Amino acid sequence: MTDTSGRVTACLPIRSDMDLAWVRQHVRQAAAQLGFGLVDQTKLVTAASELARNTLVHGGGGQVESTVLETGAARGLRLAFSDQGPGIPDIERALGDGYTSGGGLGLGLGGARRLVHEFSIDSRPGEGTAVTVICWTAGAPRPREESR
Amino acid sequence: MSAPIAGSSGTQVPVLKLGTVLLVTLQGDLYDEAAEQLQRNIGEAIAASSVTGVVIDISGVEIVDSFLGRVFAEVAAHAKLLAAQTVVAGMRPAVAITLVELGLTLPGLRTALNAEEAMRLLSPASTPLHHSPARQESP
Repeated sequence: MTDTSGRVTACLPIRSDMDLAWVRQHVRQAAAQLGFGLVDQTKLVTAASELARNTLVHGGGGQVESTVLETGAARGLRLAFSDQGPGIPDIERALGDGYTSGGGLGLGLGGARRLVHEFSIDSRPGEGTAVTVICWTAGAPRPREESR
Repeated sequence: MSAPIAGSSGTQVPVLKLGTVLLVTLQGDLYDEAAEQLQRNIGEAIAASSVTGVVIDISGVEIVDSFLGRVFAEVAAHAKLLAAQTVVAGMRPAVAITLVELGLTLPGLRTALNAEEAMRLLSPASTPLHHSPARQESP
């Protein structure tokens, strides 16, 4: 994960399906303001929706912190989702397609990872889960980093 | 005749019955609960009035995540058991690109470029020659 400090633009609660809609709206606006193209906006908002739903359904609710990043010419948006839920016992398995503990299709975590440029996850059983993703505006091509 | 289906969030999803086809037009952001309510209402509407086709127009939908994708797939599955075909119409290109990367390719769900094309697909008069039944649905 790139070590970039940025300015936190918002911290949104994730407590209900209405909050999920707010998160989507916020991410859409922030991405549009940063100059993301329509496809990248759509990917980022979709990833945010998946991760926010994980926070709500599996983490029992939590929050997302949105940060605007600027490193030289590149601009990006970092979204940090966190909850104090039961945690994920087997992260590798949870990242694979088809794994589900809820009523979904099991695409949430792994699918969200494919939609963003950088992805990191930290989860401790009994303490909670933190998932951070970063998307950069198109510019210099960046390798897809998958760190944990 | 039209009967708007009210979502619990206050979102109203217009549902229009055109002949034997139910035209459901989704607009903007749908709350999870409203999507699930819609799913139940479509099933009831099919059973109550001899509907043979359902068109879900999503040209006004900016994002489809795995939750909404699952709702579409379940509506289609319910409709099929009630002897009705479902076509999802008007998906935006950015949404299609995102769904493929997400891994949600929705096999078994028929699609059309727009609602008009979807209505034509479902009309009894449409010639099945151009739309081979073999590739319309997979289990």
